[in-house]
Amino acid sequence: MSAGTVLLVEQSLNGLQFGIMLFLMAAGLTLVFGVMNVVNLAHGSLYMVGAYLCASVFAASGSFLLGVSTGIAGATLVGILFEVTVFRRIYDGDHLDHVLATFGLTLICNEVVRMIWGPTALFAAVPQGLAGQVQLMPGLSYPAYRLAIIVVGLMVAGLLYVLVNRTRLGMVIRASASNRTMAAALGVNDVVLYTIVFGLGAALAGLSGLMAAPVFAVTPGMGDNVLILSFVVVVIGGIGSVRGAFLAALLIGFVDTFGRAFLRPLLASLFAGNVADNAAPAMASLLIYALMAVVLFFRPQGLFPPRTR
Amino acid sequence: MGKRRGFLLAATALAALVQTAQAADKLTIGFMTTLSGPGAVIGVELRDGMLIAMDHLNKKVGGLPTSVIVEDDQQKPDVARQLVNKFQKSDRIDVAAGFSFSNLMLAVYGPLTQAGTVTISSNPGPSQIAGKECSPYFFSTSWQGDSWAEAMGAYLQKKGVQNIYLIAPNYAAGKDVLTGFKRFYKGSVAGEVYTPLSQLDFSAELAQIRATNPSAVFAFFPGGLGIQFVKQYSQAGLKDKFTLYTSYTIDNTTLPAIGEDAVGLINTTFWNAGADNPVTKKFVADFQAKFGRPPAEYAAQAYDTIMLLDSAVKAVNGKIEDKPAFLAAIRKADFKSVRGAFRFNSNGFPIQDYFQGRVVKGEDGKPTIRIEDIALKDHGDAYASECGLK
Repeated sequence: MSAGTVLLVEQSLNGLQFGIMLFLMAAGLTLVFGVMNVVNLAHGSLYMVGAYLCASVFAASGSFLLGVSTGIAGATLVGILFEVTVFRRIYDGDHLDHVLATFGLTLICNEVVRMIWGPTALFAAVPQGLAGQVQLMPGLSYPAYRLAIIVVGLMVAGLLYVLVNRTRLGMVIRASASNRTMAAALGVNDVVLYTIVFGLGAALAGLSGLMAAPVFAVTPGMGDNVLILSFVVVVIGGIGSVRGAFLAALLIGFVDTFGRAFLRPLLASLFAGNVADNAAPAMASLLIYALMAVVLFFRPQGLFPPRTR
Repeated sequence: MGKRRGFLLAATALAALVQTAQAADKLTIGFMTTLSGPGAVIGVELRDGMLIAMDHLNKKVGGLPTSVIVEDDQQKPDVARQLVNKFQKSDRIDVAAGFSFSNLMLAVYGPLTQAGTVTISSNPGPSQIAGKECSPYFFSTSWQGDSWAEAMGAYLQKKGVQNIYLIAPNYAAGKDVLTGFKRFYKGSVAGEVYTPLSQLDFSAELAQIRATNPSAVFAFFPGGLGIQFVKQYSQAGLKDKFTLYTSYTIDNTTLPAIGEDAVGLINTTFWNAGADNPVTKKFVADFQAKFGRPPAEYAAQAYDTIMLLDSAVKAVNGKIEDKPAFLAAIRKADFKSVRGAFRFNSNGFPIQDYFQGRVVKGEDGKPTIRIEDIALKDHGDAYASECGLK
């Protein structure tokens, strides 16, 4: 196995893993966006709540499972609290109202987290069994925790697929997403449905935050960076489509990883001097936004928009 | 119009007279720092270091009853400008101190020094202020921004390390730090990579490092970026293969969040928190007792800011309204710094030693930085020669 192939496989794994991390975050966002037509900037706060709760409960109790369940439950509860107290009142408003209210929630959450846990970053450990490397093939060992992220992400994607396409709740969600008024007229209790969907979105955000905690920094405002990328995923995938979010997340993961990894060597082989050193970082960070612009130009509804009529 | 201006002038002169007559019985310090937003980690550390100094002096700097007005700049340059206005016009401060980030420092530097306000930076040291735009009213009790990286460059040059891989975020300070590093490191460079400032995941870069197979890696990632980078570096199994050298990346604010993954890292710093020096020992012990955590460099810098002022106010017998004498007394730096020897360069920045440290497991099992060697002795910055002051 040549070193070049090993590098290619490793970078593909990196792209897959980054994509899946984005998918976990974007799935909840796209559900809420699709069903309720709400721009939820506070999604990043739920991600942060999941990360903080899991990291501190894991550190205090020594049990990762307990940390995970607290993280998901806590994020869900906070999400439902948001829905009942704030969102319910602004569903009828336009997107600017949503952005204002949810941006306000983000600021409040960041400061509350700072008051409780302090401004310094929290330590989030990798669970014992997942520390270290796994030898995948000769010359390639990959962090076990990142493999676990890939597995969990694929499982969540599968479960969501079954939930949305094969269950009664999923049918109601799809119906409500394509025509809210008609679904309500046919007897769907949209008040309860909205709370359930919002809770589900919050649980996914919490899960994605706590999975990210040992890899990223657990700090106040940690969700804000991820949120921007998740919106890119949602928009490219088609707003409201979980399948679209999955494929778009993988696409972004691969494009971003390969851009960062191979753009510089590529430019260096094409141009003389330090052109590559100067241009590559700027181009690599632009790549996903350029991709978004191209997708929106040719398919304004996104790559895989949900079917509506 | 002419009459009114004359009246205003007279009133200002009178006000100045009144102020002069009162000035010597109290000292007012405007302490600007970041207490909200992501930068609060640094800002809180600065404030807490200042508070320990005020405790040690019984709230009397140089014998004068002192009030410190602490204001939050929210890490926003426009807010910082407004605060300086408030400091000067409404609080009538004698000294402006603190400051968290270099972009904020640059935003308020003009309004402060042009009005003749004595200004002491407890943290940022941008190259402009150290060089062409230096001012006799400005002093720093920290360092010029390139210095830690220069120290690392000097250390690796001395060790004879070759084929090093450089990585930093893609913004002004990232380029400055690598430039500072290369000012002293003359060996070969295996790769020089800049990552977007908002990047969270470094797996692509880490795989490239592994493929490049350098002899070592030098990284600059401040704050939360550093936590992410160091954790992922170790999780990817690179730590044991390529020694990681860092500047401005690990300190007592980020170390607890990185944990075991940081053990074995080499860093540079200006401050030896474990120095066998009564001033350092007392500062570290009292900080730990009051706040329940060991102090980081920022706290030490702010502590020195107040102690420097204390020495200068004492030297002029509280007559701080005599600006030339007061400035000359500050310039003497006749105080006991937590870093040991301390003196000022012509541009108001310190000439001091820079150390090389290593992250080791402490007695309590938690990772801690142990100073091993002096990387640069009596080091002044590269910009002082551009400064016209003597």
